[in-house]
Amino acid sequence: MQRKIRVLIAKPGLDGHDKGAKVLVNVLRDAGMEVIYTGLHQTAEMVARAAVQEDVDIVGLSYLSGAHIGLTQEVINALKEAGADHMKVIVGGNIPERDFSQLDTMGVAAIFAGGSSYDDIIGTFNDLVAA
Amino acid sequence: MNIIELIDNMRAGKEAALARLISLAERNDPQLSDVMQNIQPQLGNAYTIGITGPPGAGKSSLTNQLTQQLRQQGYTVGIIAIDPSSPFTGGAVLGDRVRMEDHYLDPGVFIRSMASRGSHGGLARAAKDAIKILDASGKDFILVETVGVGQTELDVMQTVDTVAVVLVPEGGDAIQMLKAGLMEIADLFVVNKADRDGAPQIVSALKSILHLKYTTSGNITKRESAGDEVWEVPVVATQGISGEGVGEMLARINRHREFIQASGELEHRRKQRRREDLLSQLQYLMRETLEQACEESDDIHTLVNRVVAGDDASHAVIGKLLPLTLDYMQNQSKKL
Ligand code: B12
Ligand SMILES: Nc1nc2c(ncn2[C@@H]2O[C@H](COP(=O)(O)OP(=O)(O)O)[C@@H](O)[C@H]2O)c(=O)[nH]1
Ligand SMILES: [Mg+2]
Repeated sequence: MQRKIRVLIAKPGLDGHDKGAKVLVNVLRDAGMEVIYTGLHQTAEMVARAAVQEDVDIVGLSYLSGAHIGLTQEVINALKEAGADHMKVIVGGNIPERDFSQLDTMGVAAIFAGGSSYDDIIGTFNDLVAA
Repeated sequence: MNIIELIDNMRAGKEAALARLISLAERNDPQLSDVMQNIQPQLGNAYTIGITGPPGAGKSSLTNQLTQQLRQQGYTVGIIAIDPSSPFTGGAVLGDRVRMEDHYLDPGVFIRSMASRGSHGGLARAAKDAIKILDASGKDFILVETVGVGQTELDVMQTVDTVAVVLVPEGGDAIQMLKAGLMEIADLFVVNKADRDGAPQIVSALKSILHLKYTTSGNITKRESAGDEVWEVPVVATQGISGEGVGEMLARINRHREFIQASGELEHRRKQRRREDLLSQLQYLMRETLEQACEESDDIHTLVNRVVAGDDASHAVIGKLLPLTLDYMQNQSKKL
């Protein structure tokens, strides 16, 4: 049997838009993944600690607020600090294309701007874990 | 990293190691038996509390509040929160954690979500192992939250020291839950959402059902009696959001703990549980092997099919089938 993929979906920062994150959680569940949702207003430390305790394969960060650059760097640092830099970080939500290369450089494994197809998202999650 | 290193790191407080060990249990990794044998001498120090009841009753909120109280008293806490897997896709949303946000950064609290993953006692085994791993990590209390439906969840509840069954005032489903077998496993009833209409009525209804039970002595289960003494299952009203009544809930849990400790029931339960555990694991393996034998051995297959087709009575083939299947199992066990 194929190993179950475990995913953490988190909303770092003060961004209160959780509709998209909640939709995504259900999409991933329906694709057979086990999805842990942290809730709103997470600090980077909270995200990293949850990711470690849950021993997830993928950490998905959802942003609509525009604060994705700074917060994603903080989460990546916190994961490294916690010895969890093997986990793949994926960023999604309201992410303008001009920020893609900067997120890439930080080590983000994939970026999904609003309107991305669910098949793409699911396919990428599966591929990243299989790799 | 090898298993011994991983266990040492866990004992030294490294959460990543603890988390990884639980993952090995969840995946039924080949190294699991080494892990479990190695932590065996470190078990038995944690006190385990089960919180069960229907979805939405407030189990996660109460787990959060109990954790708060235990932390104030200086105890460390491990939490296992189990949510159902979708029977169609095998996926799961594990959302209990959201209600436990107060403890995300507390180094004395470790939270792990698990999906029921459906079939055949798989969850029961993994959750039991996860409880043991948390015990070995040195947590003082382990709280286990399950949705109170399905046999595997009831099985998990059989493995904790004190079981709290959470009910809510709404819609008379409290009585339904009692019928569904939660009555038998409760050491404590919690009527949560006591801020809502109908709470006092449910509390007194439960109390009178229980009172009736204790006054007709034939109905007292082994679980509740220890020697001459009887643990009369208490009913506590709580509010999961404000924490009202949770102090009382914890006090009752502690009193239950003292009761089963003093009477020897705790030790008895734990022994019984280890035995049950072992036998159910054996049974599970044998059943799997049996299924395999029906597929792979022509002799066995033929005999089974005669019964399946209705040509022979099962009684008539058992005599021949038993030595064949035992042989098959013996051959299989050599491969293990
Ligand atoms: C609905 C909405 C709200 C609702 C939110 C309800 C809720 N609980 O979510 C309310 C009315 C509360 C609200 C409030 C505000 N909003 Co508003 N809101 C929106 C709106 C119109 C739609 C967002 C939405 O729900 N989309 C539907 C969901 C399903 O799609 P999604 O979020 O994009 O998510 C999908 C994908 O992006 C992807 N995805 C998302 N995350 C992730 C993560 C990963 C890992 C992956 C793989 C994929 C992925 O999958 C999701 C499912 O398909 C957007 C405009 C827009 N079109 O985006 C503005 C918008 C996000 N809001 C905005 C603003 C400014 C605000 C306010 C500050 C307004 C104010 N001044 O009060 C407040 C702030 C609230 C807060 N505390 O943060 C701005 C943000 C600008 C910016 N980037 O700086 C936007 C872009 C509007 C605009 N053009 O100005 N808002
Ligand atoms: N009114 C009221 N709502 C509560 C109480 N306890 C929990 N809730 C709410 O009930 C919902 C389900 O709670 P949760 O703890 O997730 O229940 P679970 O599914 O049993 O784990 C949440 O919206 C809680 O905020 C309570 O005492 N009173
Ligand atoms: Mg819950």
